Amino acid sequence: MDFALTEEQQLVQQSARQFADGKVAPIAAAIDREHRYPAELVAEMAQMGFLGMCVPEKWGGAEMDVMSYAIAMEEVSRACASTGVIMSVNNSLVCDPLMRFATDAQKKQWLTPLAKGELLGCFALSEPGTGSDAAAQTCTAVRDGDDWIINGTKNWITNGPQADVCILICMNDRSMGSRGIVSFIVDMHRDGVRSGKPEDKLGIRASGTSSLMFEDYRAKDSERLGEVGGGFKVAMSTLDGGRIGIASQAIGIARAAFEAAVKYSQERKAFGAPISDLQAIQHKIADMATEIDAARLLTWRAASLKQRKLPFGKESAMAKLYASEMSARVVHQALQVHGGYGYVTEFAVERHYRDQRITEIYEGTSEIQRLVIARSVLKEFAAKV
Amino acid sequence: MDLGLSDEERQIRDLAREFAKRELLPKAVERDRDSIFPADEYRAMGRLGLLGVNVPAAYGGSEAGVVALTLALQETAEACAATAVGMSVTHMVAETIARFGSPELANRYVPRLVSGELVAGAFCLSEPASGSDAASLRTTARREGDRYVLDGTKMWITSGAYAGALIVMARTSAEGPKHRGISAFVVEPSFKGFSVGKPEDKMGLRGSNTVPVILEGCEVPAENLLGDEGMGFRIAMAALDGGRITIGAMANGIARAALGASARYALERKQFDRPIGDFAAIGDKLADMATGLDAAELLVWRAATLKQAAAGRFSREAAMAKVYATEHAKRVCDEAIQIHGGYGYVREYLVERYLRDVRVTTIFEGTTEVQKTVIAREVYARSGG
Repeated sequence: MDFALTEEQQLVQQSARQFADGKVAPIAAAIDREHRYPAELVAEMAQMGFLGMCVPEKWGGAEMDVMSYAIAMEEVSRACASTGVIMSVNNSLVCDPLMRFATDAQKKQWLTPLAKGELLGCFALSEPGTGSDAAAQTCTAVRDGDDWIINGTKNWITNGPQADVCILICMNDRSMGSRGIVSFIVDMHRDGVRSGKPEDKLGIRASGTSSLMFEDYRAKDSERLGEVGGGFKVAMSTLDGGRIGIASQAIGIARAAFEAAVKYSQERKAFGAPISDLQAIQHKIADMATEIDAARLLTWRAASLKQRKLPFGKESAMAKLYASEMSARVVHQALQVHGGYGYVTEFAVERHYRDQRITEIYEGTSEIQRLVIARSVLKEFAAKV
Repeated sequence: MDLGLSDEERQIRDLAREFAKRELLPKAVERDRDSIFPADEYRAMGRLGLLGVNVPAAYGGSEAGVVALTLALQETAEACAATAVGMSVTHMVAETIARFGSPELANRYVPRLVSGELVAGAFCLSEPASGSDAASLRTTARREGDRYVLDGTKMWITSGAYAGALIVMARTSAEGPKHRGISAFVVEPSFKGFSVGKPEDKMGLRGSNTVPVILEGCEVPAENLLGDEGMGFRIAMAALDGGRITIGAMANGIARAALGASARYALERKQFDRPIGDFAAIGDKLADMATGLDAAELLVWRAATLKQAAAGRFSREAAMAKVYATEHAKRVCDEAIQIHGGYGYVREYLVERYLRDVRVTTIFEGTTEVQKTVIAREVYARSGG
């Protein structure tokens, strides 16, 4: 057993931290306040290879391991969770399914520019009336000769307002249920698709979130990703990996809040001494530190399983569930440590508190994670009975 | 991160699992009901090498490492926590004598602890009025020629009435800071002035023996001083850092047993025409139990690899492992009873014992409150405050 980081992983951690501290953190409050998409940070991440971290060099990526990706996601999200999710979507929800399902021709056309950051991607599964019950797709793809005609609306699409490319999941044959689903690589600059008005969100306000409207969008069959009927598998296997990214994001947010609480508690005096001398504060700090470590270990375990191409669905669900809910507890307590100062935007914990909330919802709610884990646990014991 | 086990670790785990299933499980209920100390079982474990998993081969140990020890303990605790706790303490005593004792002292005691000849080791730090504030202990040791004479009472001594060798912390100097005046001794029950009090009637771990140890002019040969005079507190804290890892492993074993019982029950028990495991109310509990348990194992194993590497202190990680594993195990055992309903509340079903057994794990070898104080201290030390 070995919990130490490899040299490469340490280097990634250092460069990600340097970028996050030097470039991201200084503007994080402003881009949150202004709802401004940080194009300049995305461009820098492209330079660093952070937009296609696990994509082979052959396809324009940085060819790093999944742990390195989790590490970098944590560091970037610690500075700015909005920037973190932009990165996570391009890596986990766009490059990853292309790596696993795209043909070489598709990889050449789409994966390489996405991995290099020349194009930005988004992933479209949810709909106005379809969330956790992801198989209930109403957006349709209908055959038209060699082409497909796509109609419907997708919701909550991170990077939707900015994306050049979309991995779309939609229904081909409703009678087949989850086996009637198909996936496409959508060119967002083509006619027939447009993004809606950016959502006005509680947190991660510098990342763009919008709906996507498809009106007779014409896709070539060569733009289909995976098999006809295989779209649900594309979506679910993609989300398994995405959960590692979101877990890392949640840990990054928690760490930011935790570190702010540690610092504040050493500066703030009450009863003639720093509040860090008070056991009531110390034990909060201890709980936060312990749970952050626990979440990170769960996340890195899932990452190392994915890296080895071993089953990791249950483990990534555990990582995402635990990390996101841990993060909720940590931002809550960090704000508490700050007292009134934690409630005003001048202090970063206020933003961390808002940013954290979505991590329990997107890429599978906590309720869905628990369902996935419970089924897996029961299956293990059913096999033993 | 590599969570793979070495061949040796796997062998030790399998050996412990097999022994636990065959030799410990069948009488676990009886051992609890009638408070039967597992002396024969310890002798058998000694013969198999299960009492010296992390003890140097030079002293008859298996020298299989700290991770192997946590695995062996978890397997043992899953079958019978009462047996596991004595096994844990025997390891702590053997390791401590091997590490801090002179070669002569180590040769005299460690091989016989490891082989089971001495049945068990015991660790005597707590006193009636000295628990978390260990440095305030009042037992004294005064030098008289070629021996020390010890006076005082030690409390909550696991295996105290059966142990062939006991490490006793006593004050050799009233000068200077309290913790500097403490020394450690290896005491045999045959020494003049040694006796034990009435076994405690405990809520759980009833098969383990817990007694006060009474030292009335107890004569200890000078060569049985462990390390140097004044080193006792350091020795005790070093031993407890390791002990926290093994208690964490023990808690995980109890929690695994409770989770297993709960999952099997949730599959078998039907209400409203469905196995209760199909209900989210039960499935969610199982998911949280399993997720936290995986996190707890990772924290324990991480601390174990750090102790194994012997590259520096691991107090923070050991404390995190102990506090998280024991607190989570307590929740798991409580939820296990909830899942079992009324059946969980009666002795016929094992989960009732698990809850009683697990309850002390958040108390002994450093309470949860002490662990949190240790963690906070380490966090603040690292942040330069």
